[in-house]
Order: sequence, then structure tokens, then C-alpha cells
Amino acid sequence: MVTIQNLHKKFAKNIVLSGIDLNIDSGGIFAVLGPNGSGKTTLIKAILGMVIPNKGDISVLGENIKQSSNYRNSIDYLPQIANFPSNLKVKELIKMIKDLRDRPSDDQRLIELFNLTPFLDKKLGTLSGGTKQKVNLVLTFMFDSPLIILDEPTTGLDPISLIRLKALINEEKSRGKTILITSHIMSFVEEVSDEIVFLLEGKIYFKGSIDELKKNTGQPDFEHAIASILTIDNA
Amino acid sequence: MLKILKYSFFDLMRSRWSYVYFAFYLLLGIVLLFLNNDLSKAVITLMNVIIVLVPLIGTIFGVMYYYNSKEFTELLLAQPLKRTTIFLGQYLGVALSLSLSLVLGLGLPFVFYGLFKSNAIWDFSLLLITGSFLTFIFTALAFNIALSNENKIKGFGYAILLWLFLAVIYDGLFLMSIILFEDYPLDKMSLMGTLLNPIDLSRTLILLKLDISALLGYTGAVFKKFFGTDLGLIISFAALILWVILPVSRIMYKSKRKDF
Repeated sequence: MVTIQNLHKKFAKNIVLSGIDLNIDSGGIFAVLGPNGSGKTTLIKAILGMVIPNKGDISVLGENIKQSSNYRNSIDYLPQIANFPSNLKVKELIKMIKDLRDRPSDDQRLIELFNLTPFLDKKLGTLSGGTKQKVNLVLTFMFDSPLIILDEPTTGLDPISLIRLKALINEEKSRGKTILITSHIMSFVEEVSDEIVFLLEGKIYFKGSIDELKKNTGQPDFEHAIASILTIDNA
Repeated sequence: MLKILKYSFFDLMRSRWSYVYFAFYLLLGIVLLFLNNDLSKAVITLMNVIIVLVPLIGTIFGVMYYYNSKEFTELLLAQPLKRTTIFLGQYLGVALSLSLSLVLGLGLPFVFYGLFKSNAIWDFSLLLITGSFLTFIFTALAFNIALSNENKIKGFGYAILLWLFLAVIYDGLFLMSIILFEDYPLDKMSLMGTLLNPIDLSRTLILLKLDISALLGYTGAVFKKFFGTDLGLIISFAALILWVILPVSRIMYKSKRKDF
């Protein structure tokens, strides 16, 4: 589904990614983890073509993404911070994205799922953080694309919406989609993901299932396994 | 690209500032025409306002729109759209809506005044055409500055400096160089100097069209000889078009290589 070869990226003198090799197969939920500033968002933005790598190749669905934009038709992306044009109404934003993608969408069901109907005529600038995140989720999940990328999807969500989000993610998974998630909420990651990729200082430190990680580190639970990686290396 | 253009255009058309800008020109047009009965004098006054104000507004609006729509841009970047499509669409949206404010704001009072019956229509059209060119040029320059500067304050600073340089400082340097080299024949050099600055070029074009070049003495005669001919006019417009194309191609080049 996604193949990354020898990916390097630095911002000015700050080296963010140094030689990432990663292969993500079709189907299943992959979590990209790592401490703050380990390059998770940069990696995701590189896959989306928003960050241009200094070196290396990325291909999505077998197509090299360099100088291409059509491949983004097969990606749904949830950005980390829900920054929307503040003078637009929720309704107008949804309509606009539908118009830009020009594909069938499932927005009505999602609007009802996240109880967004009373907010449709409100301007995005007046919404709370959690409501913005729900709009963000609607925009992401309303298209039927084979690859879904979620950058911190749980930010600001209330418990009910969180449960609905998990159900939504599992539903997409059962339809054979590939889902890439970054999150700092370890319990969420443990619950939903099949495989994790752990980034540390711009390199892939670990790739495998959660059980393998527990075995490798000799820790009984996931959260401590992650913590032990961080304390060994960053002490 | 048309979709992005449409959204940027309507976004701006809904903003208060477009109306303020439109109303300003409307008021200016009405005051100059109905309180002053000499049409060619009105055109000259308008020219002086346009030459200075249009570049300033184009620069500020361009920079402001780019920084304000950062979120919108990031949203678009994750969609299956080419980067050149996104940025050219936004640029054209800003430049077109500003030009529209200018053309309608000044055009309406002139139409009511009975412009179509007067022979000043060509002078007036030239005024609107160069005004629109200046809008496109300075909005493009502003987008360039904003694309190269992440820091808003720096971006604004450079944009204002650019405007100040081309609208005021350039003329000063130009004048000083003419005084410095007054012993040499300067007509070629001053022609070149005029062609290189879009503000000077527009001013010269309009002044010569208004047939007051006699006031400019010998240089005026040289200018008249150059700009008055068809070839001169073609070269002047080519220079203005080049002033649009160069910054726009840099927008395309820069936007393809930028990280978001």
C-alpha cells in the first residue's frame, strides 16, 4: 500500500527523518508512535506530499508520488490541528470539499453520527475544539478511499464521540482498508492497532505487533513497554 | 483551478474590505467628476491616486490574504489538487476581485457621467487597464514575499518596503542618477529606467496619452517619440505583461518546493 525507501528530511539544520525504510501492507491498522518531535507528523505529511523529502522515494498504491497529485484521491487525511477557514459555515465547508473531490460521499450519516446537525449553519470560527474535531472527522471519513491517515484523531473528543470513532475505525478496517494512526493516547493505540511503528530520532526503532514489543522489552503492559524504550535511549 | 479561483473570489467578495475598497473608488469617482467639470483634469487626479494606491492595496491584500488563508491552503494541500492549481487559483482570486473593485468603482460614476459620449474614453480605459495591470503585478509580488517568509511580520515589512521602493525610492534614485550623469546623453537610460519600474511605466503611459508631454521638455519629446508609436506601446505592454509573468512563474516554482 505504502512503500517508503531511504527517506531523509531536514528543516534548516534540524534533521527530522534520517533514512526511513517502511513498508505498509494493505489492510489493517498501523500506529506510528514516538516521543514529541520524533518526526511522526513529518512522515505523514511526506506521504501526503505536503512535505517534500530531501532524499528518498515514497510510493502509494504502487505509484511514485513525486510531482503527482492524483494519488491523493485514494487517501483520506485527518490533520492534527483542525484549522479551518473561520468565516466559512460548517455546511459550506463540507459542500466545498465534496465539490473539490467530486466523488460520492457519506456525509449525512456521519453528521448524524457525531450529532453535528445543530452546528451546520454555524461558522467554523465559533466552534469549540471538540466540535471542530468532529467536523474534521466527518470530512475525513465521508469519502470511501483505500488509505486513511489519522493524525491524533482523539484530540478534544468527548467519551461518546471517542467510542463512535473507535467503532468507525473498526468498521473501515473490516472493509479491508489500510489505516495509519498517530496518537499519544497509549490505551487508544493498544485497543485499535494491529501493528505499531516506533520512531525515535528520525529512525524506525521498532516495527511489529504490540505483543512482540512486550516480549522484546520484557514489560507486562504496553504503556510500560513504550516507556522503557524511551528511558533506555533517552536517559 | 477554476474551483479554487471561485472559492477564493467569493471568499473575498464577502469580506468587508472589498466593499470598502469598492466604495472608496466609487466615492472618488463621483467627487472628481461631479464637483470638477474638467474631465481630463479628473483623469489626471485619478491617475495620481491609482499609481500610488493600487500597488499599495495590491501588496497589502496579497500578503494578508496569503497569511489569513493558511489553514484553507493546508486543507487544500491534502486534497487531490496540484500545488500550482491551488496557489494560482488563490492569486487570481485576489487579483481579480481587487481589479473588479477598481474597474466597477471608477467605471460606474463615469458611465453615469456620460463617458461613452465623451472623447476621454480612451484615456479612461487606459487608466483602468494599467490599474488592473498594477493590481496583478503587485499581488503577484506580494504572494512571492509571503511564500518566502513564514514570519507574518517580516512578510508585511518586506511587502511595504517593496512598495515604498518602487513607488517612491526608485524615483529618487532615478532622479539622482540623472543629475549625476547630466553631462551624458540620458534619453536611452531614462527610457530603460522607466520601463524597468511598473509604476513609472504606467504613469508615463497615461501622461503621454493625455498629450501633456510638451510640459516635459526635451525628455518628453524623446518619450513621446518612443511611447507614442505603436512599437513603443507594444513594448510598454510587453514590459507590463513580463512584470506579471515573472513573479507568477516564481509563485509556481516556489510553491512546488515548499514544505507545509
